[in-house]
Amino acid sequence: MATHTIRVTVNGTAHDAEVESRLLLVHFLRDRLRLTGTHIGCDTTHCGACTVLVDGEPAKSCTLLAVQADGAEVLTVEGLEKDGALHPVQEGFWQEHGLQCGYCTPGMMITGYALLARNQNPTEPEIRHAISGNLCRCTGYVNIVKSIQYAAARLR
Amino acid sequence: MIPASFDYHAPKTLAEAVALLQRHGDEAKVLSGGQSLLPLLKLRMASVAHLVDIRHLPGLEYIKEDGGYLKIGGRTRESALERSDLIASRYPILHDTALVIADPIVRNRATVGGNLAHADPANDHPATMLALRAEVVAAGPKGERTIAIDQLFTGLFSTSLAADEILTEIRVPTPPPRSGGAYVKLERKVGDFATAAVAAQVTLGRKGEIERCGMGLTAAGPTPIRAAEAERFLVGKTPDAKTLVEAGRLAAQAARPSADRRGSVDYKREMVRVLTARALAAAVQRAGGR
Repeated sequence: MATHTIRVTVNGTAHDAEVESRLLLVHFLRDRLRLTGTHIGCDTTHCGACTVLVDGEPAKSCTLLAVQADGAEVLTVEGLEKDGALHPVQEGFWQEHGLQCGYCTPGMMITGYALLARNQNPTEPEIRHAISGNLCRCTGYVNIVKSIQYAAARLR
Repeated sequence: MIPASFDYHAPKTLAEAVALLQRHGDEAKVLSGGQSLLPLLKLRMASVAHLVDIRHLPGLEYIKEDGGYLKIGGRTRESALERSDLIASRYPILHDTALVIADPIVRNRATVGGNLAHADPANDHPATMLALRAEVVAAGPKGERTIAIDQLFTGLFSTSLAADEILTEIRVPTPPPRSGGAYVKLERKVGDFATAAVAAQVTLGRKGEIERCGMGLTAAGPTPIRAAEAERFLVGKTPDAKTLVEAGRLAAQAARPSADRRGSVDYKREMVRVLTARALAAAVQRAGGR
């Protein structure tokens, strides 16, 4: 069994770990670091529930090996709140009822966060384009779009 | 889902990467963005003893015009292609293609070289590169060689790249003035493979006639397909509606799709016919014709 020593910074904290080559980043986050906010949905790169930021860009953590994240900065949904205060993206999902079952929500929020980091004033089509790799099976996307628009307004 | 066990290597230089591939031969596979390879390993549809990750190799991510070519580094991410002003303004066919590959999150990791080297006939870049008459650079133990795109795809998921070669660059001849191209894809939803898709690149002559033409078909057979008869038919013709319809008929004849959840053979062939006319019309318009 091939193992490797990796260092991954997750939500600002550096973690040194010995991992098997085949360990997926999502399992590293959930099982090793107990950061279970990142969800496993389809497990086939379609649904985006496992989306995290890797060096600032959204990535599906079910389709990334933990060893590929060696040296990287990872942001998960747990890293959005600061000192007990919700990030405007989180606040938006609360205020605009951007979730029902909540399964897709961590991925949606991370994707929304990354979009707003690049584009402070996205149009509705730009928001819909950005979240087109994140599937919601409860609500449709209307309130999710509103949630991201709410966050955009708060961040401006 | 967890892949079967393998060893992972992250060499720092091209020479080291090639040496690893040479040592492990068919037991090894190059890991670029991993957006096709990792799902296959997870589903246990493929297994590999050694993964050689090329992420640390210097100088494999670029998009530039140089010496009569558009040069794209093999590890260039689809998202970089999607956001490139050079691509959007000068190579709209490539912009079209990048925009419909998988979804925006996958495109942050997926690479252009990987999309070609994986040789999935349902991948989108092969058809586009056929239309553009691209070539790829393969780096191996004896140095570099170039492979014309028509010689790259040898079968389902198979290429003429040797086990110890890495696809380091894609070269697209810079199109002459009055050129344009388009990629039109029919997909059930964002992130799906094409039901059918057509890439068309044209150059117009002085009287508005088609002087040069390249056409590739996605998901239309066991390998990406060049619609060679349609190309030959179009050269010298004025691209009026009747001509585009006939080109569609010829392209559909070249298609050898198989039936799956996305549709029957007849349906897919019919879609090739329709999409060909649309792709050609968009390409002609972009070339400055009507």
